[in-house]
Amino acid sequence: MSGAGTAPALRVSAAGVEIDGTRILTDVSFSAHAGEVVALIGPNGAGKSTLLSVVTGDQASTGSVEIAGRALGDWSLKELGRRRAVLLQQTGVFFPFTVREVVEMGRAPWQGTPRDLDDDRVVEESIELTEMTRFRDRAVPSLSGGERARASLARILAQETGILLLDEPTAALDLRHQEDVLRISRDRARAGDCVVVVLHDLSLAAAYADRIVLIDGGSVVADGPPDAVLTAPLLSHVYELPVEVMRHPVTGTAIVLPLRAAPDAVGAPAPTVSASVPPRETA
Amino acid sequence: MTLTERKAEPGTGGASSEPRKATAKSRMRVRRAVLFTVLGALLVVAALVAAGTGQLGVAPDEVLGSIMNRLGITLWPMPSHPNGDSALWTIRFPRVALAILVGAALAAAGMIMQAIFGNPLAEPGVVGVSSGAALGASAAIVFGANFLGDWSIAVAAFGAGLLATLLVYGVSRANGKTEVVTLVLTGIAVNAFAGAGLALFMFLADTQSREAIVFWQLGSLNGARWPDVFVVLPVVAVGVTAALLLSRRYDLLSLGEKSARHLGVNVEALRIGSIVLVALLTGAAVAFCGIIAFVGLVIPHLMRMIIGPAHLPLLIASTLGGALLLVSADLVARTAVPMADLPIGMLTSLIGGPFFFWLLRRTRKRAGGWG
Repeated sequence: MSGAGTAPALRVSAAGVEIDGTRILTDVSFSAHAGEVVALIGPNGAGKSTLLSVVTGDQASTGSVEIAGRALGDWSLKELGRRRAVLLQQTGVFFPFTVREVVEMGRAPWQGTPRDLDDDRVVEESIELTEMTRFRDRAVPSLSGGERARASLARILAQETGILLLDEPTAALDLRHQEDVLRISRDRARAGDCVVVVLHDLSLAAAYADRIVLIDGGSVVADGPPDAVLTAPLLSHVYELPVEVMRHPVTGTAIVLPLRAAPDAVGAPAPTVSASVPPRETA
Repeated sequence: MTLTERKAEPGTGGASSEPRKATAKSRMRVRRAVLFTVLGALLVVAALVAAGTGQLGVAPDEVLGSIMNRLGITLWPMPSHPNGDSALWTIRFPRVALAILVGAALAAAGMIMQAIFGNPLAEPGVVGVSSGAALGASAAIVFGANFLGDWSIAVAAFGAGLLATLLVYGVSRANGKTEVVTLVLTGIAVNAFAGAGLALFMFLADTQSREAIVFWQLGSLNGARWPDVFVVLPVVAVGVTAALLLSRRYDLLSLGEKSARHLGVNVEALRIGSIVLVALLTGAAVAFCGIIAFVGLVIPHLMRMIIGPAHLPLLIASTLGGALLLVSADLVARTAVPMADLPIGMLTSLIGGPFFFWLLRRTRKRAGGWG
């Protein structure tokens, strides 16, 4: 249901952002199409979240942004609300709304349209999909960070948009729910939606993204399928840390790990020593 | 859409959750209906009792009879006292009507402020909008402004209230919300400035104007007249109706400014419109009754505790509750001390001050600091 004709679901051309004299983004171009999961990765401060906020329209930029072939500025806020949903890192709610009420807010753009009638079904399905059923009547501010993040995810799923923009949706989540979020994203993409997700976990990106856009210093340094982008030399250079890229023995997807020194002393309890700890003096 | 692949959560997902959802939702609906009915009934009773109480006592059924008689219904008895009917219509009714309108206006203004500040402690009195409006009103009195007849003082109160609201709003917000400390400190600053202005006007004023200004600072419904009611009525009607229309957007604003915008809300327009509404409602209330603080804090908060934070029912309950509180408080103000009319602003602050403190402590504890 997303994308108009052959135009990509979203396209950013030569975007530049400067805040208080500091260049955050320089000449960034990328596009995302219906049916794919695109992961934005890069070190802290690379400009991933800024790029996402350029796409959402929260951050003014030079260059151009198009949603479904139409310039971002030509969309009304309400139309945009029906076309793309945004999950921010900040997932709090100022007043003690229940999870269900918050998820219902995701239906707001459809108010007054025929799809308004679907509200209850969509809201319930979104709550179940994010496994928030037993928290449905709880006040959102009383939930843990991870539960709040899932409530927000349920809200943007209920928005039923063809484009999903997710800013670090896995940050507050445990292992299982991280997998769930990305599985849900991939399912949405397989059904024809366009998903753009900012991620820090490179192995997660490798496992779920169809395409990875690597950003460093405000510019795109690589854009392609996971195997092409996730290479040890490139990542070591960008993250300023020697990394190794291995293959999962069964699935063959990339697994990215920093190069860590092997525990030196024979018989030392290996897992307790991290690579960043300076070598101990030995008597 | 693709919300098809479902993963049933053991024990909670699937069919077993359907009736639970229905009861939780309908339970809240029943609760709201009960609250509206109770508040509405209490308001009618309080208004009848308040109108009948005073130096010239009129029984509640006779008060009802007096009203109904004017509508051509003669089911209830007329006031037995020869001057009863005229006392009701010239003194009591305008006062009760003004109490209802002002209570509704202050509670609605408080709720709107809390919605756009994203902070349950925002209130016209606390942040200084009321004293700003009082400053405008007293300026109009001292300089004898009469450019718009009955409306002059109201317009001056509205203009100054609008300035104060814009100032507080511009100064105290960061990243789409207002921290408690910032809000309270901004309130102190604005109240101090407006207090200094009031002091200056009192210094400049003649005895009569000085008395009028003192009356503003204390807050009172004494001397309410029908023309006052007819100035306040349209303002409150417009303000509350507009807030009702915006209530769904206030819900979305609770998600934060950005998320609200992503859901199609024009946040800038909503903010500016709401600031004008707050200034309108507060200005109308302050122009005729002076500073009556804390109504906008206590009432929406109590209502939120009973029926939750959804803004449409919250606004309805708050206007009813604010009206009820002010009618009752004014009754106490008139009758607590024989032959004396206590300032109602003093009464509401007597209750509201400790309540505000309690709320402040609770918010602080919950936020884990002065968040």
